[in-house]
Amino acid sequence: MNGPQPILEARGLVKSFGQVVALNGADFELYPNEIVAIIGDNGAGKSTLIKTLSGALQPDEGELRLDGERVRFRSPGDARRAGIETVYQDLAVAPSLDIAENIFLGRESRWRGPLGLVLRLLDRRSMRREAARHLSELKIGVQSIKQPVENLSGGQRQGVAVARAAKWAKRVAIMDEPTAALGVKETRQVLDMILRVRDRGLPVILISHDMPHVFELADRILIMRLGERVATVTPQTHTMPEAVAIMTGATRGELEQALTKDTP
Amino acid sequence: MGLGSKGLDQVRRVLAAPAVGPFLALVLTMAFFSLKSDAFLRGPNLSLVLQQVMVVGVLAIGQTFVILTAGIDLSVGTVMAFGQIVMTKLAIDQGYSPLTAILLGILACIGFGILNGGLVTAIRLPAFIVTLGTLNIAFALTHIVSNDLTYPPGKSGASELPSQLLFFGRTFTIGNTDITYGVVLMFVLFGLAWYALTQTAWGRHVYAVGDDPEAARLTGIKTGRVLLSVYTLAGLLYGLAAWLLVSRTELGDPNAGQTTENLDSITAVVLGGTSLFGGRGTVIGTLIGAVIVGIFRNGLTLIGVEVIYQYLVTGILVILAVSVDQLTHRRRA
Repeated sequence: MNGPQPILEARGLVKSFGQVVALNGADFELYPNEIVAIIGDNGAGKSTLIKTLSGALQPDEGELRLDGERVRFRSPGDARRAGIETVYQDLAVAPSLDIAENIFLGRESRWRGPLGLVLRLLDRRSMRREAARHLSELKIGVQSIKQPVENLSGGQRQGVAVARAAKWAKRVAIMDEPTAALGVKETRQVLDMILRVRDRGLPVILISHDMPHVFELADRILIMRLGERVATVTPQTHTMPEAVAIMTGATRGELEQALTKDTP
Repeated sequence: MGLGSKGLDQVRRVLAAPAVGPFLALVLTMAFFSLKSDAFLRGPNLSLVLQQVMVVGVLAIGQTFVILTAGIDLSVGTVMAFGQIVMTKLAIDQGYSPLTAILLGILACIGFGILNGGLVTAIRLPAFIVTLGTLNIAFALTHIVSNDLTYPPGKSGASELPSQLLFFGRTFTIGNTDITYGVVLMFVLFGLAWYALTQTAWGRHVYAVGDDPEAARLTGIKTGRVLLSVYTLAGLLYGLAAWLLVSRTELGDPNAGQTTENLDSITAVVLGGTSLFGGRGTVIGTLIGAVIVGIFRNGLTLIGVEVIYQYLVTGILVILAVSVDQLTHRRRA
């Protein structure tokens, strides 16, 4: 096959926890400029796969390739240094710090020269300028960059988390159920942000339970069952009930039944 | 027209700013005691208040660091007492040079800080239980090492302690007011703590860890390292407080630091607007809180209230302050 090279690729991932086989030879690939959604029932191995890709877990077997090169992530820090950032569902921000401080948390910029080197003085001004520019690029509206994050709505908070991931991710942004904790309107805002992140050239891996959102956003949908990828579909080739049927392992008969039930 | 909505907004913002509430409380406290006693607002008395505050103030800086990480340090008083006994005993009994004795006393306190921080991070024990344990360990060691004796033994008028140990009790004069070097050190330490907490990445990480340790970890902050550094730094501050205490009392007393210092340091932090839930607070607030505690102790003495009632008042004060914290800072969903 002579298609484009995947940015991130996994082959034959195996991961067991005691007797439980969470990943049983799973494959995965992510191409430039796309949103890949991963769906699957509880226990299908979605989160184990994601944790493997983000460095939180190490696979027992199988390999990861980043831009074609074999990589091994021993910690989330390794993956982060390789340019892979993750947004979590539970609004992983520091509520009492302001927006700019959150975006730069753990990667603060200091003044040049002795002020920064010896006195470790933070360069607040450049961090705020940078953060404001970044938020406006992603069309995340906030009153002031100096606002503590706790004063923001849930959607804006997740916006800060998305902006942070988009700012530091050089290669891949992983969104692990980013809207699970949000209301309807806020979910909409975050979905739009994810599209903008993709449009700015950063490929996104999206994990979500919400089929309509998955079908709206994803370029490709990877369906997992019993620790393996059972199919890769696109919103153009498959309908939602079909995808759900594959996901739950329904038989052909049950699938047809499901399809007729959905068409009035 | 009075205040427009913009003006009201500004008033609200000023009132919501950290340390403004504590500052207003300070002004009210001072107004109250200056009405009750003519002697209160005089320079020499205010200088005396600061001199009485310096030990608790320095302890409260360490306590602020710990509470910002959503911990608490109950061992402050006895750890300081241990450091103070190490300093004085080594200098008088064991013939160590004064500066070596001071250094070893401070190192003993740092050791306790590392022990506290290590247990909190490595075994993930609650700070409350860890420091309740080290409170007793430090208390026991203080009495074992000192054989229950004060240093220098007996009270023979002028102290036999070497002058280096007494340095921070010395004074210089501005106008008609004597200012203690220890008070100057306290202010310098508050300034350094303010800088570290607000102007460096380390300080922002302390707040982030206190806010939500899991979120901090996910953003790549080494939370264990931050916590360990906080408790170690707190130990260093308790060591310096031990030096200040020796300078002020001119002796090493195994019974020091057992009752008032623990509660007073926590009261100062909480009165200063730092939340016991972690992640919120300022060291400037703590300074104001420590001065309020000092003013209460001094003012109640001036107007002739018995010492036992001072305990009553500070006990009520800390509960009031914690209640305000509960009602205002309770985790917003």
